[in-house]
Amino acid sequence: MATSGLARPLGLTRGAAALAGLAAAAIALLALPYVAPYFVIFVATEILIMGLFATSFNLLFGFTGLLSFGHAAYFGTGAYIAALLLRDLQPDFVWVLLAAGLGAGLLAFVIGALCVRLNEVYFAMLTLAFGMMVYVVFHQWRSMTGGTDGVAGFPITALGFGVHGQLGNPVHYYYLVLVVVAASLFALYRITVSPFGLILRAMRENTERVAFAGVPVYRYRLYAFVLAGAFAGLAGALFSPFNRIAVPEMVHWTQSAEPVLMAILGGASYFFGPLFGAAVFLTLERWITSYTTEWMIYLGIILLLLVIFLPRGILGLFDRHKEDAP
Amino acid sequence: MAAFIAALLNSLEFGLLLFLIASGLTIVFGVLGILNFAHGALYMLGAYFGYSVLHYVDLPFWAAVIVVPLAVAALAVVIERLTLRPIYGRHPTFGLLLTFALLLILDDAVRLIWGAGYHIVDPPSLLKGTVSILGAVYPRYGFFIIVAAVAIGVAIWLLFTRTRVGKTVRAAAIDRETAEALGINVTALFTLVFAFGAGLAALAGVLAAPIRAIGPSMGERIIIESFIVVVIGGLGSFPGALVGALILGAIHGFGGRWLPELNLILPFLGMAVVLLWRPQGLLGRSA
Repeated sequence: MATSGLARPLGLTRGAAALAGLAAAAIALLALPYVAPYFVIFVATEILIMGLFATSFNLLFGFTGLLSFGHAAYFGTGAYIAALLLRDLQPDFVWVLLAAGLGAGLLAFVIGALCVRLNEVYFAMLTLAFGMMVYVVFHQWRSMTGGTDGVAGFPITALGFGVHGQLGNPVHYYYLVLVVVAASLFALYRITVSPFGLILRAMRENTERVAFAGVPVYRYRLYAFVLAGAFAGLAGALFSPFNRIAVPEMVHWTQSAEPVLMAILGGASYFFGPLFGAAVFLTLERWITSYTTEWMIYLGIILLLLVIFLPRGILGLFDRHKEDAP
Repeated sequence: MAAFIAALLNSLEFGLLLFLIASGLTIVFGVLGILNFAHGALYMLGAYFGYSVLHYVDLPFWAAVIVVPLAVAALAVVIERLTLRPIYGRHPTFGLLLTFALLLILDDAVRLIWGAGYHIVDPPSLLKGTVSILGAVYPRYGFFIIVAAVAIGVAIWLLFTRTRVGKTVRAAAIDRETAEALGINVTALFTLVFAFGAGLAALAGVLAAPIRAIGPSMGERIIIESFIVVVIGGLGSFPGALVGALILGAIHGFGGRWLPELNLILPFLGMAVVLLWRPQGLLGRSA
């Protein structure tokens, strides 16, 4: 087995090193509320949620080679489903999450069935079109969604299963997000290393060859699209209670651009690239906006340099096993 | 009747202005293979440059119409050399991402230089006031936009079909390698075409300055509309840009008056229908 540069002096295999890294990250994340101030917990919660959103997007982009420019449609739908359920029905929170994931997955099934037949720029444009249609629905359906004002003022219910805790408390909510995101990432990781995941990657490299091998390409792409949509919806359902509001901007194409940026920033060919990218993105945003409101110009310059000089993202710097970026 | 005429003129004004912007986008895509996300920002830059030239340098409007596109085209030459050139030949997705980065930079640069507020430019005194036609009262400047856009459109069409440089560009768009083998300097041509597209966007920006509120979000809205236009008409097709722009103009002019609820969704619905039914666009060559 190949060994990475860091692991070799310790005599560890690559897999063991990765496990050790994950264990260290898990301990750090679990201990965070005991050592860090509220502000850091807020940022960490946001990073985890956006990291899940970006990782779900990357199942399509980095692993299947499809650049979706309307992924916020599923994120936003999840956010609205959560906000509306909490406003009108107040079920236990676990049902809110489940409903949002299923609802967004269903929407992704309908839209994806139409989109996955196209490639490259055409796929990007069609997902953009559908994403904006979903945006318009949330924006115009005032009696239900409150239009530009959004859905706000909803209570946050108990988790369910008789679990004690106040999800309105930022620390408790952080732990919920940590558990849900970790479980989702584990599921997504299992998907990417499964035979199904290998076929997705093969389609990224050469769709025609995979089709000649007898794989129903469009059906596999659709599965990936639905999975990506469902996990984006789950991320959205964590996001609107975190912000105490669901607004149309969460569905807009500018929201769809964020996971794209995060995946590129971290490295779209790595499973943890988008999560890492989300951490860098949001930390940079907090840091730069504490000096100036014009932080997009810095983001633009960073992105420009990455695309030209480092198409494999920041994680690509540490990887000596070169393979082509998507 | 008056309402119909007004809606028709509105459609033409909006559609033809969009045509100027989208034609630059489609020409750049046809030749360079890059869907330029920053094209709307270049249009916005045209409007802001126009505002500055008119207010601080005190040039006449007609001079601004000449000077501003040249200035933006010069900036585009720098942008193409520094940022686009390294990524030719890579996956098309990189072109979209790179120009998205350019959009972020240009948008914030505009905010830093001109502030987040809105600016207004007066039309030249010759074109102030309204004209009445078949019972509909319409601004004189709106007519000017329609006439100017048609004239510019015809000029571009003549440039690409009748002149040597136009034919060279089309040759390079059809087959880059053969064009290179025939001794055409494709690298220089790419720079020229990108600058030309940017200049067109900026020209539309100056022309639009007196009828639009000049603000930092004006590029963001127009780029999505331009995408819709070129996708409906066919990516890389010049006549397609005209057809797509007129369709979007009609949605804006007639839909805005009689179907206000559907007006926002119709352009996206149109784009989706065309992509599903004919991905190469109404007038595009099949891939």
